[in-house]
Amino acid sequence: MTATTELNFFQAKKGLFSWIFSVDHKRIGLLYLYSILAFFLVGVSLGVLMRLELLNPGKDIMEAKMYNQVFTMHGVIMIFLFIIPSIPAVFGNFFLPIMLGTDDVAFPKLNLLSWWIYVVGALMVLSTLLFGDGPADTGWTFYAPYSVRTGTNVTMSVLAAFVLGFANILTGLNFIVTIHRLRTPGMTFFKMPLFAWALYATSWIQLLATPIIGITLLMIVAERVLGVGLFDPSIGGDPILYQHLFWIYSHPAVYIMALPAFGIISELIPTFTHRTIFGYKAIAFSSLAIAFVGYFVWGHHMFTAGMSGAARIVFSVMTFLVAIPTAIKVFNWVASLYKGSIDVQPPLLYALGFIFQFMVGGLSGLVLGALATDIHLHDTYFVVGHFHYVMFGGTGFAFFGALHYWYPKIWGRMYNKAVANVAFVILFIGFNLLYFPMLISGLMGMPRRYYDYLPEFHLPNMISTYGSWVLVTGLLLMIGNLIAGFYTSKEKIGRNPWGGITLEWQTLSPPPVQNFDKMPELPKGGPYDFENNF
Amino acid sequence: MKNGASTFAQGVDLSLYIISGISIFFLVAITAVMIYFVIRYNKKRNPKATNIEGNNTLEVLWTVIPTILVLVMFYYGWMGYKPMRNVPADAIPVKVYGQMWKFSFEYANGKLSDSLVVPVDKPVKLFLISKDVNHSFYIPAFRLKEDLIPGKNNFLWFEANKAGKYDVMCAEYCGQLHSAMLTSVNVVDVKAYEKWLSDSTSAANEHPGLTLMKKNACFSCHTQDGSKLVGPSFKGVFGRTELVDTDGSEHEIVVNEEYIKRSVKTPNADVVKGYMKGLMVPYDKILTDEQIDQIIEYLKTVK
Repeated sequence: MTATTELNFFQAKKGLFSWIFSVDHKRIGLLYLYSILAFFLVGVSLGVLMRLELLNPGKDIMEAKMYNQVFTMHGVIMIFLFIIPSIPAVFGNFFLPIMLGTDDVAFPKLNLLSWWIYVVGALMVLSTLLFGDGPADTGWTFYAPYSVRTGTNVTMSVLAAFVLGFANILTGLNFIVTIHRLRTPGMTFFKMPLFAWALYATSWIQLLATPIIGITLLMIVAERVLGVGLFDPSIGGDPILYQHLFWIYSHPAVYIMALPAFGIISELIPTFTHRTIFGYKAIAFSSLAIAFVGYFVWGHHMFTAGMSGAARIVFSVMTFLVAIPTAIKVFNWVASLYKGSIDVQPPLLYALGFIFQFMVGGLSGLVLGALATDIHLHDTYFVVGHFHYVMFGGTGFAFFGALHYWYPKIWGRMYNKAVANVAFVILFIGFNLLYFPMLISGLMGMPRRYYDYLPEFHLPNMISTYGSWVLVTGLLLMIGNLIAGFYTSKEKIGRNPWGGITLEWQTLSPPPVQNFDKMPELPKGGPYDFENNF
Repeated sequence: MKNGASTFAQGVDLSLYIISGISIFFLVAITAVMIYFVIRYNKKRNPKATNIEGNNTLEVLWTVIPTILVLVMFYYGWMGYKPMRNVPADAIPVKVYGQMWKFSFEYANGKLSDSLVVPVDKPVKLFLISKDVNHSFYIPAFRLKEDLIPGKNNFLWFEANKAGKYDVMCAEYCGQLHSAMLTSVNVVDVKAYEKWLSDSTSAANEHPGLTLMKKNACFSCHTQDGSKLVGPSFKGVFGRTELVDTDGSEHEIVVNEEYIKRSVKTPNADVVKGYMKGLMVPYDKILTDEQIDQIIEYLKTVK
């Protein structure tokens, strides 16, 4: 081995430029991590402000217009700058090549370009704060014709989302080619880790669905700037056309957000149960099934928009069908705990929290998928509670789980596990205090995107706001603990602190620039065959 | 959840109980099994794991059972929904207008109202018309909602089966005062309904300009008491000097007949400084010149 391979990827080069112009997938993954976490914290702060405003009926801290801008900004940042890129751009970038036993993604320069596109898009989002009437007040869905008429900076916001779409397309393309072409010799598709399967399904959606939102957003710009009548009926457009085009992308996008999280859970469970995953093929194929069926359910966002009765029925059936592969995953994960040798470490706690909260999110989705109940609950806080359970309780917790899981591999250090456990418990309690009451106020009939509400909705809103304070406490403790671990960790972390079986645990922590100091060996028997490998 | 007050409520509530009943059962059962496994197979109790690759019988079972269950859920959802689309031929027609940020109602005899009044146990069909952006007409107690989409003729119908007053809210985001777009539906017995319907005294003594302005929801954005809402207040507006923005250049203007007419017909032409462009729809195709004159006459009296 030459001397350079013994330097880890942090030490190999120094200086700011060696990072922001790096084509090393590990450094790009970390660039994404830091930028995404920064925007996550901005999004959290906006969410906390919204909850403060909703503590009591009437005005608490801001005016209606500002509240509308705050919830739009919260949505745009959380969706486009946090959750869509989150797991693929951070952990996919860092770990997919290593888990496949290769030295980088297929197109390292495109990979760097995608991060730069992300930065440009993010700056465009922030720029809406600085000029004109301020950030968009349309909600992240930019529904026409309001988005065509309002004087706020909708044009810049949708252009930002358009630009950000390219970052996703490039990441998706990169992963598809990497998975097809760069697997280490002997690793067939069915010997890949399940995280790679999940990213594979995700990447296809990113590649095929994102262009639709891109063109739709450009149509809004054409309408606002050039006065082309596309969506606004006063100049000859159709508002329903906008909703179709928007959700044809944005529903599959839900799976861009959720599938990578499923991949994370499928990695965490085998490592901490020390046994093979139950139903490897069922989990792998259910990812593809979700990605496929997920294309045909967008109409359920429009059950009250005046679609024909027949269309509503078809979309309702399809929505229920997409629940089946999701249920299969949950059953297989739980079965994977059976007769394991379970080591309850912080990452596993996040996985268990994920399963519980994701089930609440998924099952509340069934209530919304049924026509009769959806007519009542559509556009109420029930929907807000539902998607926060899926997105934050699900994908967000999986992201935190991944962060705790791969932390020792990325930085070669360890955080304080006891503090990490306490932070998890506070986060879990805070999360459920914050979002469960939303399901209740929705059932009571409180519409979403309400600056003010009738006195009968006061109690659930109050509990939600208290919950937001608990949640933030947990978040700060979790992040503080991870940062403290970096500076105070004395423990030398070996290659494999958790006893994991996938290839990243065979290399040094942190990995060398070329990823492996010696040729990785595929596990004997199968990708999660602990019995024959430990 | 409030008690249902329409004939749909039973079907909706039944499907809600069935779906959430099945869901809560699975949530509790799976969570319990998960916690049991974590305790029972903790590495202290079970230092050696058993490798179990999978089980085809189980995979088939937990594919088939959820499939059956979700189809049952779909079925109940569909059955609860079906009557919502079958409008009885004798339903009382009422037009619902939505515009930022007010609902208003027009009955077949021409009666206008700010709130909905309907007889108990009689079908009512609502024709949903938006004058500007998307809105949604939502009556939680009736378990009913449908969007008002400009350029589209959406409808809904219901039969209220319990007298009382119920909240109506806008459920589709429509801008600044979306959460203030509220009204009510008053369910009364048939006699009271007919008396109310034939009573037209309220509008008789009113200034015709004021009636027109109420009908067009001018007061959702412009107050008459000098307080600031979305647009400038009407208090003392006539003859006032305003700083306006005309295509990016600012200049002073005195509010006179000509300016008001221009602002009603093409609101974005001269926008008073401090207010947003684009929020008001042009009224050139909605109001005639005579009607705008009546409005101007009324505005002269708002001091």
